Amino acid sequence: MKTRFIFPLMALAFLFNATSVWAQEVFKIGLILPMTGQSASTGKQIEAAARLYMAQNGSTVAGRKIELIIKDDGGVPDATKRLAQELVVNDKVGVLSGFGLTPLALATAPVATQSKTPMVVMAAATSSITEASPFIVRTSFTLPQCAVAMADWAPKNGMKRVVTLVSDYGPGIDAERYFKERMQLNSAEVIESLRVPLRNPDFAPFLQKVRDLKPDALFVFVPSGAGAAVMKQFLERGMDKAGIKLIGTGDLTDDDQLNNMGEGALGVVTAHHYSAAHPSALNKKFVEAFKKANNGLRPNFMAVGGYDGMRVIYEALKNTKGGQGGGEAMLAAMKGQIFESPRGQIYIDAQTRDVVHNIYLRKVVKKDGQLYNMEFDVIKDMKDPGKTK
Amino acid sequence: MLTLLFDGVAYGMLLFILSIGLAVTLGLMNFINLAHGAFAMAGGYTTVLLMQHAGLPFLLCVPLAFVFTALLGAVMEATLYRRMYNKPHLDQVLFSIGLTFMAVAGVDYFVGSTQQLLQLPEFLKGRTELWDGALGMGHYRLAIIVVCAVLTLVLQLLLVRTRFGSQLRAAVDNQRVAAGLGIDVNKVFLLTFAVGSGLAGLGGALGAEVLGLDPTFPLKFMIYFLIVVAVGGTSGLTGPLLAALLLGIADVAGKYYIPKLGAFIVYSLMILILLWRPQGLFFRGGK
Amino acid sequence: MNRVALSLSLAAKPRWWEFALWAFLLCLPLLLPTHALLISEITVIALFAMSLDLILGYSGIVSLGHAAFFGMGAYSAALFAKHINPDPLLGLAVATAVSALLGAFCSLGILRGSDLTRLMVTLGVALILQELANKLDFITGGADGLQGVVMGPVLGQFEFDLMGQTAAWYTLSITLAVFVLLRQVVVSAFGFSLQAIRDNALRAQAIGIPVHARLIAVYTLAAALAGMAGGLQAQTTGFASLDVFGFDRSADVLLMLVIGGTGWLWGGIIGAVVFKILHSIISAWTPQYWTFWLGLFLVLLILVGRARLIRPWTWGRRA
Repeated sequence: MKTRFIFPLMALAFLFNATSVWAQEVFKIGLILPMTGQSASTGKQIEAAARLYMAQNGSTVAGRKIELIIKDDGGVPDATKRLAQELVVNDKVGVLSGFGLTPLALATAPVATQSKTPMVVMAAATSSITEASPFIVRTSFTLPQCAVAMADWAPKNGMKRVVTLVSDYGPGIDAERYFKERMQLNSAEVIESLRVPLRNPDFAPFLQKVRDLKPDALFVFVPSGAGAAVMKQFLERGMDKAGIKLIGTGDLTDDDQLNNMGEGALGVVTAHHYSAAHPSALNKKFVEAFKKANNGLRPNFMAVGGYDGMRVIYEALKNTKGGQGGGEAMLAAMKGQIFESPRGQIYIDAQTRDVVHNIYLRKVVKKDGQLYNMEFDVIKDMKDPGKTK
Repeated sequence: MLTLLFDGVAYGMLLFILSIGLAVTLGLMNFINLAHGAFAMAGGYTTVLLMQHAGLPFLLCVPLAFVFTALLGAVMEATLYRRMYNKPHLDQVLFSIGLTFMAVAGVDYFVGSTQQLLQLPEFLKGRTELWDGALGMGHYRLAIIVVCAVLTLVLQLLLVRTRFGSQLRAAVDNQRVAAGLGIDVNKVFLLTFAVGSGLAGLGGALGAEVLGLDPTFPLKFMIYFLIVVAVGGTSGLTGPLLAALLLGIADVAGKYYIPKLGAFIVYSLMILILLWRPQGLFFRGGK
Repeated sequence: MNRVALSLSLAAKPRWWEFALWAFLLCLPLLLPTHALLISEITVIALFAMSLDLILGYSGIVSLGHAAFFGMGAYSAALFAKHINPDPLLGLAVATAVSALLGAFCSLGILRGSDLTRLMVTLGVALILQELANKLDFITGGADGLQGVVMGPVLGQFEFDLMGQTAAWYTLSITLAVFVLLRQVVVSAFGFSLQAIRDNALRAQAIGIPVHARLIAVYTLAAALAGMAGGLQAQTTGFASLDVFGFDRSADVLLMLVIGGTGWLWGGIIGAVVFKILHSIISAWTPQYWTFWLGLFLVLLILVGRARLIRPWTWGRRA
């Protein structure tokens, strides 16, 4: 009689064993970043932020141990795609994340779709990215959000004739287009649209041209890191003295470089979703912890994208009780998350899977001997205009 | 238009100072030194680091950059480059690319990959407008033109009026005969390489403000130096000078008038010139 | 058959170890299924390196812009698959043909001038093509790269899978075919005339070899094969972006060839394998600074002497 129970007992024991094995099974997060090349500072900031999040929130979620696998794609899309494929097939990651530039994210989209792995975009900012795969979720921002905010603010502040200067790639073209359209809607004019090559840009001749056009303001978008060069040329050509105001998206006054730009950057107005000087308790804590862990390096909007991306992944893991249901369940748990981020309140739109957050208008001021972007106005809960059309 | 010309001339003069060392090295030692850009970068970083950490004024750091890079060049010539003179060009190319990679990665490791921002002394900032804005001269660019012009004159005098200059010219024309005449060719090489590298460092220091300075500097600008040398030829100073001015003006004007084509213009111009005159625009015959 | 012809035909016979090595290579996707993607990538680059060897090792033309043809092939194949026909073999033929045309055109530029001139002209062409690809972004997708390339199955049967198995077999077979072809070319009269030109062009002309015609022919062939490699790359990754034209690519392939040894076909293959493996190992350990170690390796390699790398027993001796 007792033997009849042996098999069920064995099965039960096996099941318990399996669940405890399951509970100890590692959940791997693949983080693909440009750690070398032109966008290396992006990779550095996001890696630091991801590690900070893990240090603050522990490396076990819903009974599963988290392993972060970081890979360098050098900013080359072929490498990103291959690394993503290897991470999915060989390392069996549960989530892909990172993606420092638009082409890198776009190249990887088919991999996410084919393997049904959620892809969290922490840096790239072109609108169309979330449409490239139903498994893409974004925690960074989109250029149209900032461009539109700026195009609303500028005409109200005496800037009716503006020249745009953008880097010639996806986000730049997005910024140019949405800024121009919104300006026209507000009865203001974009008299000229200039595009600078993405690699090895030389701003001097372009800025000279702007000076000769004598606009009220110059609207600039360049990727994070190139802002200093633009600023320098702007001042050298005496454009501020000629009465041309400098406005742009927050990439121009990137927190990573802002302090080294010198007094010439004072007064520049930008529109962006994050400033290291954002006056919330959570942000103060975040900035302090980040600086402490990274030799005094100030976090920028890339770091926030990485930090929030990790939060989205962790919450999704908790809600799916450790990733049960595979990639599709994780994706469903990522959509619609609402939470407070160091940047302010944000949520992941359930339809578009894109980020909805506040866009702030900020001015560069000096505080405690350092330069910061001080927020003076806000547009709340801005959705990506690139999609609501 | 005049402003453009002014900017182009400033850019061209800077390129000339940066490239002249490469031209002479190639002409004298028949060595394609693709690491020349790394010496320029060394000069730039020396200046920036001295200014940031030792608080030295800009005007002092620039000559220091020259001295430091010249010393660096001398050491490298004596230890490494000397063995490479008789190797085939491919080996030289690979060797110097290897050095460049090491320099780029090394700088990235020690200083970081962000753009280095220089704070110029007050009197160099600012701008003068002439003729109701038709000619706008940034003071810094004006300074660059003056410094480079003076340097060019000094170099020309060195080459033509001094004994060392005539030894150098002899060694460039025919190394063997020069050695046969008792000229210490090794010493000539060492000094020339040192001065050439020093000039590159000087150019890097001056150019940090205008061209930007980050670890990828050598890779970004090497092609411009090569263009100056290939088009200008390696015999004498006037060839590279004119080539550099041409390149500077074409680049600036191209990006202004036809921004859509920008960099195209420079590359196409170079190819056309090289196809027409493969030995360089100002080749005078001989080698 | 006289003695010269006999010795030449003996040189042409493939050695036993070549068969063995190729058999091993063809089995790799089976032996290492998790690395099929890496195998496919290395094979494409090996083909690219072999094409460079034709002009560098066998004809003595130093080129820093061979990526121009690689890129041309990549974009042609990608655009063909996207807009006209997704069949891989057809697309590959198109990529090869387009690059051959470009090569024939560019070969006119490398005929005259010194090594430096050639270096500059080849570099310039690659840079111009990169700029063109960037500007014509309505065709090429510009800096964002060409999206939406979906390849059809090879020979109508084998779909490109996520694991990369099909890609690995596909690239290996094409590369083997090219290898066999090239082997015949380099031991033919044509191949030997190229080596004569490399060693001393003036002398070669003096004995009646049509130097310009040969250079044009070999440059076109090398361009066609580089384009084929580019096409394979685009087809197996389903993507083409601006860095197919990049200086990094031209420089890397030059390095690989040097590591493996110029002037013999296996150089490209061995160089590609060694380079990629070195890259994977060193990058895993220090992803940011791997170029430093690469540079150091190069410097040491040249100081020691290139030809001695693959003959470790000569390392101790002085040159």
